[in-house]
Amino acid sequence: MRIGLPSLALAATFGAAVLVVLTLNRPPVITVQEGYRGTGQQLNFTPTEVANALGSNVVPPMLPRISGGPLAGTVYKNVQVLKYVSTGAFTRLMVSMTNWVAPQQGCGYCHVAGNFASDAKYTKVVARRMLQMTIATNVTYQDHVGPVGVTCYTCHRGNNAPANIWFSGPVPGSSNGIAEANMGKNLPASAADYSSLPSDPFTPFLLNNDSIRVSGVTALPTGNRQSIKQTDWTYALMMHYSDALGVNCEFCHNSRAFADWSQSTPQRVKAFYAEAMLRDLNSNYMVPLTQIFPVNLRGPGGDVAKINCATCHQGAYEPLLGAPMAKYFPELEGAGTAQAAATIKPTAAAAPAAANSGGTPGSLP
Amino acid sequence: MIESQNIFTRVQIRGPVHAGVPLQRGPWMREGKPFFSYLAGQLGCAQVGPFYLGGLGIASLICGFVAIEIIGFNMWASVNWNPLLFLRDLPWLALEPPAPSNGLHLPPLDQGGWWLLAGFFLTTSILLWWARTYRRARALGLGTHTAWCFAAAIWLYLVLGIIRPVLMGSFGEAPPFGIFPHLDWTVAFSLRYGNLYYDPFHMLSIVFLYGSVLLFAMHAGTILAVSRFGGDKEVEQTIDRGTAAERAALFWRWTMGFNATMESIHRWAWWFAVLTPLTGGIGILLTGTVVDNWFLWALKHGVAPHYPLPMVPVVDPATGGK
Repeated sequence: MRIGLPSLALAATFGAAVLVVLTLNRPPVITVQEGYRGTGQQLNFTPTEVANALGSNVVPPMLPRISGGPLAGTVYKNVQVLKYVSTGAFTRLMVSMTNWVAPQQGCGYCHVAGNFASDAKYTKVVARRMLQMTIATNVTYQDHVGPVGVTCYTCHRGNNAPANIWFSGPVPGSSNGIAEANMGKNLPASAADYSSLPSDPFTPFLLNNDSIRVSGVTALPTGNRQSIKQTDWTYALMMHYSDALGVNCEFCHNSRAFADWSQSTPQRVKAFYAEAMLRDLNSNYMVPLTQIFPVNLRGPGGDVAKINCATCHQGAYEPLLGAPMAKYFPELEGAGTAQAAATIKPTAAAAPAAANSGGTPGSLP
Repeated sequence: MIESQNIFTRVQIRGPVHAGVPLQRGPWMREGKPFFSYLAGQLGCAQVGPFYLGGLGIASLICGFVAIEIIGFNMWASVNWNPLLFLRDLPWLALEPPAPSNGLHLPPLDQGGWWLLAGFFLTTSILLWWARTYRRARALGLGTHTAWCFAAAIWLYLVLGIIRPVLMGSFGEAPPFGIFPHLDWTVAFSLRYGNLYYDPFHMLSIVFLYGSVLLFAMHAGTILAVSRFGGDKEVEQTIDRGTAAERAALFWRWTMGFNATMESIHRWAWWFAVLTPLTGGIGILLTGTVVDNWFLWALKHGVAPHYPLPMVPVVDPATGGK
């Protein structure tokens, strides 16, 4: 049969064209120099990406500040976190939370109609814990969130559950009959930009405290036993960072020497603090809620939904492109309660204990 | 005059099918009756066959088949035997070496044992095929140059798959069998050992690789350019020897002062090709065994400068500066 090379070449060209159009970004690429001249340490953006980011990171309209009225704890029953907030600010925050998290369902998403004090709905128990988490994040992790801070909207954006959450994958090495065990990798991994890298780089690093650092720190071997396989996991985590923030490697690193701090940008320090923050939030705020969530909202392994970079950042280098939304809700920053800050700051693990103690003065507001 | 070309014309040279030159030594199994293929003629010679398989070839194919089956079935199992997912995700699928904690012990089949088995059969297959290229060359009375450049590639394969892992004390250091996964492994290798681009033997390997490309382009360009004078013709296609070689030589003397000879151009190309995996293998072998971070090694020996950042220096928050 005379198919011939020209027809084959034509088919291949068509295939290549489809691949190019579907996978590559439309030029031009805007570059911003980050490092020493000539090293190529630069940020890359395309106008399409910038337009998308600007369009999808709009700060929602915020209710005007209200601060009058007696303390919420004295007016309403079963107020555990916002006890010392004025009823005005309390009501404003409750309405805002509804807009941020359950705009369709309204108050009834968390509250029992006619008995707002009731904890009968799991969503209310979760919401209270999330409120504590938001305050703890703004107070304890200033070295990561800075003046931008976080509100419920940072993650929820009008959804009951944030769009970007994660569940633990199968434990690497778990059996698959006589065939090779599940290694937790080698399938298209959405967590790592659809590479074949580990599909759940979050459990070891953002829940457990496995070592992210794999590179040798000396020219010659001096006992670093980190393996190439472990590097795959770090690599996957870094792909997630890049994807979640919409940036290339050079936002934090000089790619000639990823491990070298002296060639890294200040953003890498921010990311370093985020790792500690996420481990704290996941293990002390999310994991204890596992049994509170209905079974159908848990992951395939029965675990609770957890947080990673994308949960807040959602493709932007700073959530909502750095709009300082939290400062308009001082209650979420532990408003006017120096004691609260003092209670939370010393150790992250102490925060939930204090918050759970039932609202003694000097605990969370 | 009709020019015989590949790819760009439908004119194909088709003489009577022939079984090849008479041989002076050894038995030669020639399998099958030669035939013509139009598609083969587009790419090269239109005659297909006769074949030679022999004991080494058969053993090599069987071992290769076993290796591919082990790899393929494990890949297929990793998508729960779903044939569509197997096809769709094939570039992502892989058979992994054992975990680093396993060291050099024999692991259970499902924990890297299949990888070792596949590696054993693939290596056996490749070595048998090497012996076959050597023996076939000898049987035809040829030099064994092809076998030795194949051996250079096998050297790199063995360094990656077994020699370096054994020196490192862990099969887990070896690459997986898989299309994307082995590429990810390559990147992870460089990340772990501080950027392979600062490895001087990797540099040499790149020199020889790019050099091979340059030589290939110069040689191929020259021969195609003199094909109008018969420079591209096989002996059997030549009616008049012509002036092709003389013109090719003069072309290079005009443009760069001297010229390769018909023999030397192939010697240059052979060595560049062979040295690419040879030096690359040395570079891999040194990584992790005697050098742990190639970037720091390059700084230490003045190979690369340390560029300062234009902003405030960043220190490692875990150590408070190092």
